[in-house]
Amino acid sequence: MNLRRLSLIAVPYLWLFGLFFVPFLIVFKISLSDIALSIPPYTPTLELSEGWAGFKDMVSKFDFENFEFLATDDLYWKSYLSSVQIALISTFICLLIGFPIAYGMANAPKEWQPTLMLLVILPFWTSFLIRVYSLIGLLGQEGLLNQFLMWIGLINDPLIILNTNLAVYIGIVYTYCPFMILPIYATLIKLDGSLLEAAEDLGCSRTEAFWRITVPLSKAGIIAGCFLVFIPALGEFVIPSLLGGSDTLMIGKVLYEEFFSNRDWPVAGAVAVILLLILIVPIVLYQRNEQKMMEAEQ
Amino acid sequence: MPEILFEPWKDPEAKPLIRFQNVTKRFGDFTAVDDLSVDIYEKEFFALLGPSGCGKTTMMRMLAGFENPTSGKIMLDGKDISPIPPNKRSVNMMFQSYALFPHLTVYDNIAFGLKRSSMPKDQIDARVMEMLRLVQIEKFAKRKPEQISGGQRQRVALARSLAKAPKLLLLDEPLSALDKKLRQDTQFELMDIQEKTGTTFVIVTHDQEEAMTVASRVAVMNFGKLVQVDTPAQIYEAPNSAYVADFIGDVNIIEGNATTRDNIVSIAWAEGQPEIIGTPSKPITDGRVSFIIRPEKIAISTEKPADRQNAVQGTILDIAYLGNLSTYHVKLADGTIIKAQAANSRRRASRPFTWEDEVWLSWTDTAGVVLDN
Repeated sequence: MNLRRLSLIAVPYLWLFGLFFVPFLIVFKISLSDIALSIPPYTPTLELSEGWAGFKDMVSKFDFENFEFLATDDLYWKSYLSSVQIALISTFICLLIGFPIAYGMANAPKEWQPTLMLLVILPFWTSFLIRVYSLIGLLGQEGLLNQFLMWIGLINDPLIILNTNLAVYIGIVYTYCPFMILPIYATLIKLDGSLLEAAEDLGCSRTEAFWRITVPLSKAGIIAGCFLVFIPALGEFVIPSLLGGSDTLMIGKVLYEEFFSNRDWPVAGAVAVILLLILIVPIVLYQRNEQKMMEAEQ
Repeated sequence: MPEILFEPWKDPEAKPLIRFQNVTKRFGDFTAVDDLSVDIYEKEFFALLGPSGCGKTTMMRMLAGFENPTSGKIMLDGKDISPIPPNKRSVNMMFQSYALFPHLTVYDNIAFGLKRSSMPKDQIDARVMEMLRLVQIEKFAKRKPEQISGGQRQRVALARSLAKAPKLLLLDEPLSALDKKLRQDTQFELMDIQEKTGTTFVIVTHDQEEAMTVASRVAVMNFGKLVQVDTPAQIYEAPNSAYVADFIGDVNIIEGNATTRDNIVSIAWAEGQPEIIGTPSKPITDGRVSFIIRPEKIAISTEKPADRQNAVQGTILDIAYLGNLSTYHVKLADGTIIKAQAANSRRRASRPFTWEDEVWLSWTDTAGVVLDN
């Protein structure tokens, strides 16, 4: 009986261990290494033939040079900061757009809901890359958006959107909005309508009932949606490199350049490790907060 | 001590707290409430009783303000309340699902309505404590709704709806989620609380026993109309229609042709059976009538009783032993089945009657109700 429970629990742990923890250790190891003109392009490497002595030899050559380098060159911390800023603002805009959409879907007539759901998921049927490329066609100076705005006479000269941070925001918000909508929709659809009636009955206006009942009860969905948008947006590479300009600093882009252009795997590894730490901090804080609340309830 | 009768509906001077005036409510083609007028008085415990879909919940939702009548007026304290939104009415509702806010503690649930009013903070605290005591859940004030039992949740819901001291409290099937024993106890408690707070209660239920137990008056509804509004005793003993008689409790309904002589009716109802003698409370016209009699009004005996006007003979088809009572299904010679009930007042007595026994059923001339068809 105990063995069965253990083996059940083991499945996710083995998965995380093999596909998250071990690769992370490898990346971490690379980040502690030095760049070298070899294959793989770093040193030291583990000499399995030398056994334990080889391992000790490897460990003795580790250093934190790459991390020190990241701290001294301001390109990196500026990129991190700019990434966090872009991810935070995009998440916020996604929430502003996504919540009303989810709310509207949850309150739509029952027979409409599957269709609306389908419409939210529909963009995923096209490749992510193609969707970002098509944004180039829409946002460019000769793009549809500028043509349309000039045609209706709102502007005389085309707007410069492509290759700016604005285009990056548009790209991220457009791409990640479904990840905000779906978890919020999932919590709103479960909301018992009689709770809102009860709130009204007890003296709340419609707006007040929304803020006091609907919003707190959809908190779980809002938080899940924010994480689902914030985390991939932070490390986003495709959108800033296709839509952003030369002054768009995002850590995903830096990571790509270190890895593929400079072939500096150890610095790229260090960049990745710090990115992970940035992500882990809010997640751990959130988890701890949840746990505290659970304990307080008991 | 003489009992003071609480019967404001009999006093023509009394002002009703609520007045439904020719209220009609339609949802598309469906008429949920059909040209309905009724007065409900202060401190009443008024029950709306009927099968599902009869319009009782719609009536309650119109009182709470969640629906507006298609035509007609609803007056509260002499004022038309249709333009007043639910959050401005001094009417509170206890929901069938309880609708407790899952993210708030029991205390905050009860305080929710008070915090929306202009009441100062220390008074809110005192009021919440009073409510917690009233429904005896002080111990659970800090818990969340999911951490208490169904019965306790029901109490929280009641306390929350009473906290603002509404003029009128609406209860939508308040006990339907409780098991039978708890439901019965809670019924008495509900009456106690109603008396203590002096609030007017309107309860919606499909459970006739519940309506009879708690209510000062019961309104039996069907297809959006009130069939009968009266005290539980009147509803039971003097139903105004076969529908009401059948809906409330067990009943025998016998149809026949009536002829009246000196306020005594003889009903010819089946060939070879003696005519039923009855005294109607209202004069009736000769012709088709329904004779309605409750099983407990029918005596069952082995010998033909000499002192009763009505007596028929038959054989016992079925016996339902209910503990306190036994119900006998007796088949008469013409095939009619009549239900009779006898109290099992002695514990050790061997059963006087058994299956296939030839028995006499008898009743007095005032035991049944005669209604025009």
